[in-house]
Amino acid sequence: MAQLLRSGCSGRVLASGAVGAARSMSTAWWRHVEPAPKDPILGVTEAFLADPSPDKVNVGVGAYRDDNGKPVVLECVRQAERRIAGNLNMEYLPMGGSVNMVEETLKLAYGENSDLLKDKRVAAVQALSGTGACRLFADFQKRFSPDSQIYIPVPTWAKVALKSSLCNLSMVYCLIFTVIITSGDAHVPQRTFHYYHPQSRGLDFASMMDDIKNAPNGSFFLLHACAHNPTGVDPSEEQWREISQQFKVKGHFAFFDMAYQGFASGDPERDAKSIRIFLEDGHLIGCAQSYAKNMGLYGQRVGCLSVVCEDEKQAVAVKSQLQQLARPMYSNPPVHGALIVSTILGDPDLKKLWLKEVKGMADRIIGMRTALRENLEKLGSPLPWEHVTKQIGMFCYSGMTPEQVDRLTKEYHIYMTRNGRISMAGVTTGNVGYLANAIHEVTKSG
Amino acid sequence: MHGDNTSPSLSPSSPADRRLSALVTVAYNKDPSPVKLNLGVGAYRTEEGKPLVLNVVRRAEQMLVNNSSRVKEYLPIVGLSDFNKLSAKLILGADSPAVQENRVTTVQCLSGTGSLRVGAEFLARHYHQRTIYIPQPTWGNHPKVFSLAGLSVKTYCYYDPATRGLNFKGLLEDLGSAPSGAIVLLHACAHNPTGVDPTLHQWEQIRQLMRSKALLPFFDSAYQGFASGNLDADAQSVRMFAKDGGECLVAQSYAKNMGLYGERVGALSIVCRSADVASRVESQLKLVIRPMYSNPPIHGASIVATILKDSIQFLQIYVPRMTIELKAMADRIISMRQQL
Repeated sequence: MAQLLRSGCSGRVLASGAVGAARSMSTAWWRHVEPAPKDPILGVTEAFLADPSPDKVNVGVGAYRDDNGKPVVLECVRQAERRIAGNLNMEYLPMGGSVNMVEETLKLAYGENSDLLKDKRVAAVQALSGTGACRLFADFQKRFSPDSQIYIPVPTWAKVALKSSLCNLSMVYCLIFTVIITSGDAHVPQRTFHYYHPQSRGLDFASMMDDIKNAPNGSFFLLHACAHNPTGVDPSEEQWREISQQFKVKGHFAFFDMAYQGFASGDPERDAKSIRIFLEDGHLIGCAQSYAKNMGLYGQRVGCLSVVCEDEKQAVAVKSQLQQLARPMYSNPPVHGALIVSTILGDPDLKKLWLKEVKGMADRIIGMRTALRENLEKLGSPLPWEHVTKQIGMFCYSGMTPEQVDRLTKEYHIYMTRNGRISMAGVTTGNVGYLANAIHEVTKSG
Repeated sequence: MHGDNTSPSLSPSSPADRRLSALVTVAYNKDPSPVKLNLGVGAYRTEEGKPLVLNVVRRAEQMLVNNSSRVKEYLPIVGLSDFNKLSAKLILGADSPAVQENRVTTVQCLSGTGSLRVGAEFLARHYHQRTIYIPQPTWGNHPKVFSLAGLSVKTYCYYDPATRGLNFKGLLEDLGSAPSGAIVLLHACAHNPTGVDPTLHQWEQIRQLMRSKALLPFFDSAYQGFASGNLDADAQSVRMFAKDGGECLVAQSYAKNMGLYGERVGALSIVCRSADVASRVESQLKLVIRPMYSNPPIHGASIVATILKDSIQFLQIYVPRMTIELKAMADRIISMRQQL
């Protein structure tokens, strides 16, 4: 009876369990389990959904929306799905995933005529989208480079916040969420390097280069290939070349997280420039690729992890080890999304259609950036808004403070993460005027 | 195809043998002979030796493809809600008090492997005992799934080669001498690789012993419906434990019984003491899942939910059909064994 009261269970629960001879004598095991903190990004969408205001705008969402604010399934995807449905068996993929899908995916990152691919020097496995690729790499790094850490880019204010006890963990989490949590759970220690420059809302290139120079030789660095999330701030081509040179001097390892190829500029080849520069310079890189955004395959969890090796033999060994890490996590990756990708990329017409659709998505976002900036400038905002069009990809780091964001939400029913990150995918011709006006109102007093 | 489960009576059990099974398949695929047979692979084959897509699955897929309002957005971290609820009902029974009282937290995972791994990681973080006992022999991947999650792995007696049956006495002894609170992996039915299952009477004795020693049951249910051809009969072991009011974990896979192998569809259910505890446990499961792959793949779970959701049709048409199809599969395997 005492146990009943202590555990707070309804008497009915235990009473109804009386079946057969022996009553269960086991104690309750999970009373000490604390409720986990809510995911900060998902919390924004939850609040948006609960808001009854007809004017509400969701610019927290990390998924593409069309000009009517609706989610999109690409036409090339629908066509591919119709071809696949009901026809093929659903047997296990090999541990390394779909060979076709991986081959086509590597071509996107490394180039159609890459010598590395011809020489079979790239170890690659299908992964569970970008997150899964980062996690697999983190586990691999932990196992085979056990004394190493990973350097991740963070804005200066967050570094300060991390040091002080006023750290708002949810804001840090908004930053390089994926790598923080995947390398964290893989127990790879994390360091940070300068990246975002709040005053210019651009790249803090000088401090970034200092950090790269001061890191111990042979350190591991996470780099966003294009369309940095959440700032939208990318190094220029010249800056990438300098970074690559410095990496050579220091013997650092570059791990590229490429979640937005094609989505940033509209041209996949252009968006892979940073990677190609590093490859030209002879770096042996790692790369996580995702089809979540650029093919709209979000929930299908399709991606790829690749590691460039010195020769084919090494690539075979590395691939086998990557498979050994995937096996006790999920055995083999899901087939459906991979089939969609390989169907599209393996068919010249479907691939052409995809490239057109990706460009369409990128163009709409670039158009919204222009519209937002023009609207703000027309309103006579005293603040500079050049960064809105300078930044690239799905996200715009507006520079607004958490307090200003809160006002946007409370007074204007505009939802975004408190670090001031606007998802341009949520901006439409229908709401850009309203959004600009609201931003102007909360920022005009400085 | 790479088989990661081997058919019961032809099972290699060591890692070396499993690699051999994969090599067998590669060699089989290369062989041009028209009379070739692949006895190494662990996925169902029809009489003609072809892989099988169940008709219910084909139909569900067509429905999904033809529904142009469907989108491919991210699922929540815990997966498709309908799928989770229906999966819990499937394994625990629609009339299960635990389900009706919201004491069960169910999360969609990547088939059986993913469900086992997520459950094991949760236990390694939140459970007071870090040792799991697995039967000797067991599926080749089990030890790594648990050890990489942070648990230490021990074995308990299971198979008796002399009788080709269950070493029940040895099993009771080993579980009897396990430390209080230890986790015990149980195959819900159709033990892989031996095909040897306890009788219901033996299950009851196992249950009593485990509850008296506060051992935590972790069920691996990869063959519900496949063993006897009856979904409910194959869930009896799990339901016995869920009914007694105690806690347990269940990893479900739809790889075999719905032929969804490569879609990686499964679910982890944790039966808790109260709805409040279940909700806290769910929040912690999210912290395990998010850094692994963020959220689970949508396609396979949508197929399963489509099939299971239509409950009237399900009960009247699909279950008998699926049971017929499953029974046919089960019978074929049994007759293959007999012929061997």
